[in-house]
Amino acid sequence: MSNTGNDGAFVEFERVQKSYDGENLVVKDLNLSMPKGEFLTMLGPSGSGKTTCLMMLAGFETATHGEIRLDGVSINHIPPHKRGIGMVFQNYALFPHMTVAENLSFPLEVRKMGKSEREEKVMRALGMVQMQDFAGRRPTQLSGGQQQRIALARALVFEPELVLMDEPLGALDKQLRETLQFEITNLAHQLGITVVYVTHDQTEALTMSDRVAVFDDGRIQQLAPPDELYEAPQNSFVAQFIGENNTLEGVVKEIKGNTCIVQLDNGDIIDAIPVNVTAVGERTKVSIRPERVEFDKGRLQADAHTLKAEVLEFIYMGDIFRTRLRVAGMDDFVIKSRNAPDQTRLVPGQQIEIGWLPEDCRALDA
Amino acid sequence: MTDTLDSGPVLAADGRPLKASLNRALRRQKMRSMMLIAPLLIFIMFTFVIPIGQMLFRSVENQIVSDVLPTTTQMLHDWDASTGERPSEDVFAALTKDMMVAVEKKEHTRLGSRLNYETTGISSLFRKTGRRVDDMGEVYTEQFTALDPTWENPVFWADLVALPDAAAALPQTLAAYASFSDTIISEDGDDPREEQPWNTVYLSLYQDLSAASAADLSALPAEVGVAQAAVGGFETQNLGDAFTKIDKDWSSVEVWETIHTYSPDFTNGYFLNSIDRQKTADGSEWRGEQQQIYLTLFVRTLIMSMTITISCILLGYPVAWLLANLPMRTANLLMILVLLPFWTSLLVRTSAWKVLLQQQGVINDIVVWLGLVADDNRLALINNATGTIIAMTHILLPFMILPLYSVMKTVPPTYVRAAKSLGATNWTAFWRVYFPQSVPGIGAGSILVFILSIGYYITPEIVGGTKGVFISNRIAYHISSSLNWGLAAALGSILLAVVMLLYWAYDRIVGIDNVKLGG
Ligand SMILES: Nc1ncnc2c1ncn2[C@@H]1O[C@H](COP(=O)(O)OP(=O)(O)OP(=O)(O)O)[C@@H](O)[C@H]1O
Ligand SMILES: [Mg+2]
Repeated sequence: MSNTGNDGAFVEFERVQKSYDGENLVVKDLNLSMPKGEFLTMLGPSGSGKTTCLMMLAGFETATHGEIRLDGVSINHIPPHKRGIGMVFQNYALFPHMTVAENLSFPLEVRKMGKSEREEKVMRALGMVQMQDFAGRRPTQLSGGQQQRIALARALVFEPELVLMDEPLGALDKQLRETLQFEITNLAHQLGITVVYVTHDQTEALTMSDRVAVFDDGRIQQLAPPDELYEAPQNSFVAQFIGENNTLEGVVKEIKGNTCIVQLDNGDIIDAIPVNVTAVGERTKVSIRPERVEFDKGRLQADAHTLKAEVLEFIYMGDIFRTRLRVAGMDDFVIKSRNAPDQTRLVPGQQIEIGWLPEDCRALDA
Repeated sequence: MTDTLDSGPVLAADGRPLKASLNRALRRQKMRSMMLIAPLLIFIMFTFVIPIGQMLFRSVENQIVSDVLPTTTQMLHDWDASTGERPSEDVFAALTKDMMVAVEKKEHTRLGSRLNYETTGISSLFRKTGRRVDDMGEVYTEQFTALDPTWENPVFWADLVALPDAAAALPQTLAAYASFSDTIISEDGDDPREEQPWNTVYLSLYQDLSAASAADLSALPAEVGVAQAAVGGFETQNLGDAFTKIDKDWSSVEVWETIHTYSPDFTNGYFLNSIDRQKTADGSEWRGEQQQIYLTLFVRTLIMSMTITISCILLGYPVAWLLANLPMRTANLLMILVLLPFWTSLLVRTSAWKVLLQQQGVINDIVVWLGLVADDNRLALINNATGTIIAMTHILLPFMILPLYSVMKTVPPTYVRAAKSLGATNWTAFWRVYFPQSVPGIGAGSILVFILSIGYYITPEIVGGTKGVFISNRIAYHISSSLNWGLAAALGSILLAVVMLLYWAYDRIVGIDNVKLGG
């Protein structure tokens, strides 16, 4: 969260605020710093201010307060067309009255580039997205995925160092999305460009990014590489927003170094590591990933606390089993186990005991 | 399910061929949609297509001449105007007979007005002649009745023409008697057996009897034979001179040439008139400088309509842009202002312009007060082309703004943003990306405004003076004042053709699918 003042920073937001109506802050105190070449994704629920941030960076919205710097230079007062930032829009925004080649050549024309150079660059950009054969088509004659590729090529053709993408794959089907995710990351790394990518889709965020910024309520809740985000969420919003998650509520009973004991509301005791609980007696939400829950006593530490659970439902999902349990009076506790030869298949109604390694169980804010 | 593996036609569930069933189902659907539009179709048919078709037909229709003067036009067929001689006595005899009928039917004044469009003076000529035509050929009546009073007897006449041999022996007499009896029956409800025939019948009798190849009269009453023997000694009347005595114009070749050239049932005369040419015996020629008005009017109408269209684009485009890009609430307010003119009467608006634009009007007062023009040199803003252009631009502006607005509304703001992010300045983004996408709106608006203005009538009439009127004002004049509907129809047809031609050209150049009224 506090990456400001980083010297090698390429893109920097410093204490940026934004309000549209003068009453509500849509972006509250945004601080962010990206090194050159990073692929950063902004992830967050709808209305959390992701597009607004992107628009401020692109220059279509002005920050109400704070400073945005690009390569060390404040760009608050530079108009969008002088920022040299490539942008891919959610609905592609390909100019319908121009052919694909004309669309790509547009940013080069406005840069007063010579004809032959333009043609060469257009063909190279089309080559990057494997669309050379479509140069003469109109955007309306292309499929959604093809349009997306052209939009990407157009954002890259003038060789910007920073490219912004606002939910570029939102309108495509799952399979195409996966292909394009792969292509976009590949291209970004090949060309060494810095990318700010906005998405709703956490899988997309996790698979594509170097770092993910989780937005909520106009703030970055956590900025971290995908694995850290998943395994070590900083607060209960991030824990719940990223991946599947079991939450138990209770009060901190005891803190011992880097472990603590939490008493759940029904009186049960569990082990956890304190992430943002500081004092005994504080209320907390404890988060455990479904795949880190064990019901085989042999694999647990001897002194680990366990909880009683009743199997409510068993779902066979092919590679994994998903079992819903009643734990501590709640019906939505989920565990996932790998479909291995020696794996036990639980049956509804069965009484089991579950437990986990203390480091997999994080006591977060209430 | 039908078994498509069978080699025969695919059958529907009831055993009929699938194709037939499908066709029947589709036909029923088509019938139903036809029924839905039928009331409108019939309405348009009866109130629009047929009347307009009839109106346009008038531009070539010319039956009135041959209807009113059937024998004259026939006899005149071989007359050659280039000799400079008035037509022969036979033509005048025919004219006498035709005029007699026409006067009784009161058609001669209509024909006079019709021919007056072509040569002035014919109207009064016909009216004058109409009052005197029943005296024509009276000498013959008097001589026949002097010869034998039986010729005065209506019953004798009625019986004579009914004889089977009369037709061959006295063809002209029979024809004249037939028009006489038909006319008095239909016009006055009289009985031919009680009325002495017109002078024209006696004239025809004289013609028949004195004809060189007089036929065999033995089957007819003896009076006819006697008369035939006597006609050689009859005093004759030169009808040409008699007509010339009524009005010397009857000896004028010009009058006869007019009747001659307008004898056919259909004429291109109205169209020639519409383009400032006149019909002559052999083709057509330009009218004199002084009489040329229509071509100038057509050109003026086109140029002024284009000027109005361009002014509407220039004034309407920014407004439409604002409407499409302002926040909802402000845009709605602006929209009401745009639509406001529709809520006031056209006449009120146009008259308001009269108040504003006149020499002592508000606008002149302001520019004089500002010192832009001298007080004794006030601008002439009304009763000329300027007035028409200003007032019409104002009146037609909403027709430009609305289609533009609805097209601009569909251009997403992301396009301009995308252009800017690609490095385009505000102007380039507008010109290269926004403007091309609003062109269909300009197209639709221009077609609307241009077509509306090309046929506009009230506003030019009120503020146009003489220099600012359109061809439509001339058409209206011919429809309601000069009653020359044929010419009005021809002018209208040309206007229609010009509009269609321009539409076609537009389609060729811009493409009609490039026109959008919205969505
Ligand atoms: N032009 C605007 N005027 C007023 N409010 C706006 C405007 N654009 C966005 N907002 C508000 O700002 C907040 C953040 O919007 P933003 O578009 O940044 O969200 P987002 O994170 O991109 O959401 P999504 O994932 O749905 O695209 C929302 O509450 C939205 O209503
Ligand atoms: Mg958004």
